[in-house]
Amino acid sequence: MALLEVSGLEVRFDTPEGVVKAVNGMDFEVGEGETLAIVGESGAGKSQLVMAIMGLLAENGSASGVALFDGEDLMQMKPRELRGIRGRRIAMIFQDPMTSLNPYLTIEKQMIEVAMHHQGLARDEARAHAVEMLRAVRIPDPEERIRQYPHEYSGGMRQRVMIAIGLLCEPELLIADEPSTALDVTVQAQITELVGRLREQTRMSIILITHDLAAVAEVSDRIIVMYAGQMVETGTVDDIFYRPQHPYTRGLLASVPRLDRVSDDELQAIPGNPPNLLELPSGCPFRDRCSEATEGCRQPPPLWQGEGGRASRCVLPMDGGQIVAAEAVGEDGA
Amino acid sequence: MKQEGILRHAATRLLGLIPTLLVLITIAFFLIRVAPGGPFDSEKALPPEIRANLDAKYHLDEPLLQQYFRYLGQIISGDFGPSFQYKDWSVNELIAQGFPVSATLGGLAMLLAFVIGSLVGIAAALRQNSAADYSIMGVAMLGISIPNFVVAPLLILGVAVYAGWLPAGGWDWSWQRMVLPVVTLALPVIAYIARLMRGSMIEVLHSNFIRTARAKGLPERVVIRRHALKPAILPVISYMGPATAALITGSVVIERIYSIPGLGSYFVQGALNRDYTLVMGVVVFYGVVIIVLNFIVDLLYAWLNPRIRYDETQ
Repeated sequence: MALLEVSGLEVRFDTPEGVVKAVNGMDFEVGEGETLAIVGESGAGKSQLVMAIMGLLAENGSASGVALFDGEDLMQMKPRELRGIRGRRIAMIFQDPMTSLNPYLTIEKQMIEVAMHHQGLARDEARAHAVEMLRAVRIPDPEERIRQYPHEYSGGMRQRVMIAIGLLCEPELLIADEPSTALDVTVQAQITELVGRLREQTRMSIILITHDLAAVAEVSDRIIVMYAGQMVETGTVDDIFYRPQHPYTRGLLASVPRLDRVSDDELQAIPGNPPNLLELPSGCPFRDRCSEATEGCRQPPPLWQGEGGRASRCVLPMDGGQIVAAEAVGEDGA
Repeated sequence: MKQEGILRHAATRLLGLIPTLLVLITIAFFLIRVAPGGPFDSEKALPPEIRANLDAKYHLDEPLLQQYFRYLGQIISGDFGPSFQYKDWSVNELIAQGFPVSATLGGLAMLLAFVIGSLVGIAAALRQNSAADYSIMGVAMLGISIPNFVVAPLLILGVAVYAGWLPAGGWDWSWQRMVLPVVTLALPVIAYIARLMRGSMIEVLHSNFIRTARAKGLPERVVIRRHALKPAILPVISYMGPATAALITGSVVIERIYSIPGLGSYFVQGALNRDYTLVMGVVVFYGVVIIVLNFIVDLLYAWLNPRIRYDETQ
């Protein structure tokens, strides 16, 4: 049994303009010790997917579906039970380290409260534990720096602190939502390296959310490519990088700058914008931007499944794949 | 490091107060002289010799500029001079008598308004867009819009005259006589603080660090108390400086209605009688009070907000 099994997950937001269909039926698993990358453009629903799992959606958001964590459905849990899991068994780090730490409290206060609350540690023990964690994420001089406020830390250091907070209770699952996006490129590499090291040193499962396909290649086991709130393709890192099936995945790969072919071709961008999530088109949501779109794309695309969890949602046949289902996305928006 | 930062912040701010005060004194001094009439004008004109003697005694016969500098020199030594109207009283004595009353009223009203306003505002923010929220905010809007010279007679009528629970006015430092004026003073401030607190709490609750606190699995009351309260209360703190000053100095109407011998009463009398020294004394004194209160709030703000503390000292 996988650590996290998500099926049929949908997220809706009630807005004055109408209902935003942010996530439209996601199914996936995260195994023990596995690192899953969820990749897609902004607005693809990746963040809202994990926020729904954590029970942290905004007030106007609602989620349905099943998210079994260690056999228990997170979606059915009472707020109190969910709080017992958040921060202790599932930790989350966010995109913007500049605003994700409380500017009015010292790093120490923000760290020890987790250990004191979940593990029942005394203040001194919690502090020692926090210092140890800061050292693990390579904050220099942690005994001194733990007394400082977030504004005395650089962006990269703040994200390290966020990771250290996440690691305090040795969670089984770490969800990292664009952990390096808001940072300088050199710092991005350090954070990615840190995540990679944690992945090797701990038995923790990781969900890594990013819009940057290149950034996840080295640190992930499997990749899910998301578009308009749906999985469009999934497979191992090698599958996605060397045998991409879905035109969207190929477009994403072509838009990654590569050092090994500098002058040969220009950087390829995917034309157009993601569809309006208020009125999803029936049929394939990618068809208006797809260079290989045909008349058949007006129908909901079939889901192809292959060996080892490989899948693609497209009219184009998948190598070694079987059609399992054709699902309608914009059923009520047609 | 922290302490030093605050002290330096305080010293810099304190130096900035002097020019403010000087401008205030200058404007007030010349404004009251522009107003027609003088302290010794009455329906029956005084004989010219007596008038000349009086003017000479109070230096009113000197050129205005000379009087101005004389006055400046005088108040630097802390002396506001004799009152023209209240014979045998110096302005310092009048202030010493009236201010404790006004300060007690204003201070108690502020305390009441801060505690109740904050609690009500937080309660409304936590039930955002519910019926309770809308009714609290509706009542608060009423509280802001109804002027206190309407509220005061209504309270006197209801609580003092009909119910007979409390005295209608007067002053003897007993709590019974304080309740009505304090409540009257506090009501609009309660309402304003409640609205301010609600707004800032709602804003803070949507910030990223609150999301982080929730992701840590902390109970909601800890999230509110430890993570949201401090940033949410900052706008209220910065409002409290001017608000306290307004309560202490602006109780003029309330003091009249409840017949309370506060500084406000002297101020009004002084202005009507062209009691130059009394008006000037009260203006300068109020000015110092307002500046000092704002200054205290600034310090409080810097103490609560670690970012200000450091930015200022860099």
